[in-house]
Amino acid sequence: MATSNESSRDQANESTGEAGYRPLTGTLRLKRGLAAMLEGGVVMDVVDADQAKVAEDAGAVAVMALERVPADIRRHGGVARMSDPAMIEAIKAAVTVPVMAKARIGHFAEAQVLEALGVDFIDESEVLTPADEAHHIDKWAFGVPFVCGATTLGEALRRISEGAALIRSKGEAGTGNIVEAVRHLRAITGDIRRLSVADPAERYEWAKRLPAPIDLVTEVAEAGALPVPLFCAGGIATPADAALVMQLGARSVFVGSGIFKSADPPRMARAIVEATTHHHDPALVAKVSRGLGEAMPGLEVSTLDTRLADRGW
Amino acid sequence: MQASGAKVGVLALQGSTRLHVLALAELGAEPVEVRRPVDLAGVDALIVPGGESTTLALLVDSSGLRPALEDRLAEGLPVLGTCAGMILCATEVLDGRADQAGLGAVDIDVRRNAFGRQRDSFEADLDIEGMPGGRFPAVFIRAPVVTRAGPDVEVLARLAEGPVLCRSGAVMVAAFHPELGGDLRLHQSFLERI
Repeated sequence: MATSNESSRDQANESTGEAGYRPLTGTLRLKRGLAAMLEGGVVMDVVDADQAKVAEDAGAVAVMALERVPADIRRHGGVARMSDPAMIEAIKAAVTVPVMAKARIGHFAEAQVLEALGVDFIDESEVLTPADEAHHIDKWAFGVPFVCGATTLGEALRRISEGAALIRSKGEAGTGNIVEAVRHLRAITGDIRRLSVADPAERYEWAKRLPAPIDLVTEVAEAGALPVPLFCAGGIATPADAALVMQLGARSVFVGSGIFKSADPPRMARAIVEATTHHHDPALVAKVSRGLGEAMPGLEVSTLDTRLADRGW
Repeated sequence: MQASGAKVGVLALQGSTRLHVLALAELGAEPVEVRRPVDLAGVDALIVPGGESTTLALLVDSSGLRPALEDRLAEGLPVLGTCAGMILCATEVLDGRADQAGLGAVDIDVRRNAFGRQRDSFEADLDIEGMPGGRFPAVFIRAPVVTRAGPDVEVLARLAEGPVLCRSGAVMVAAFHPELGGDLRLHQSFLERI
């Protein structure tokens, strides 16, 4: 189902190419390909060009341009929307690494604006206030790749069926508390493992229970992995947090408030980059964790008024 | 040496390491993930994958791999660099960060993000010199291009913007991603020359 939508886009691409040499753009392979190039890396939230430079200097594989980091969105309350295009453009001009930006869940017009601005990846994000309480963006309609959050395997596969090229476990953004990220990663990877050993006849019941399209359920069962990379987001505040989620099966990490709400952002950023790459080397994680100063202030999840991870359907 | 059974290191600091490891395993080589200088011992060849070249350059330095890589390169270690790997193998990097120094494994200058941003990323079928089996499905993602190739560098494929596949001695560099296209002929030809 998902694939046929994409191939119609590819065919449209090809037919425009008949008159002369014109390469294919915006294909599934290019979208998932960029996601694969970000593996083993750290995507950092930044609110201005200066922070973007700090992130790039520290070795970020990409930056996420947004007006307020999740910890501040949580504090501010109100409606959180797509960032000012001028701010996104300033960040694009400041760095050479890929630039991502967030659109509200279901807000395809914000996504159209971000695509027109030439951002490299769009995050359809629960950190912003949802615009549609039933539908996510039809991501097949875009040439730019999308990343979406998920708390379960079913949610991940529904986002992939809508065209997401990258999945991140949601965690609970802006808390500096890793517990929800661990819960979501374990839920997703645990179900992938169980599905991959299930009898083929049981896949139909899996599809009903998740719920998710049977062709994607079959694909995951046979490959033992999602058809797109799985990254981790939401609550990563230390190098050891990054090492933890990488060992739990994440292929990269998104760090939001954890860097620029810490005592020494350049050093914290660099330390999380090193710990992500060398997550199997505890001596190295110990070395980079030494003397970093205060991590961001943390929040107990049971005390939260708003649980961002509940947004998404 | 025969391709089958060759120990091929894949730089595993960041990027498409996993996809190169899968390609090598499918071709019967023995992939070895390289994160520290000690991992280079005993490898017959090395792949430098795609990824983010600024991140890779920084991690090559912090892991202590740069001097170890330079030593092995001087001994003639066969290397395949793809996209960011091409940038890392180059002599001079244009439009990179001021502190971004290539390994100088091949005498070329490259321009980063030469085709533009992700929306300009593209797939194209390439004519590759000496490659049997027809055109090669090449995947260019925020790709670099070669702006200068030294006298000893063979250009094996080019687009209007410049050379995109080069070889010099035991080192082959591609601006595109052979690990993404589902066609392993480029990996195969690299292994055959080890």
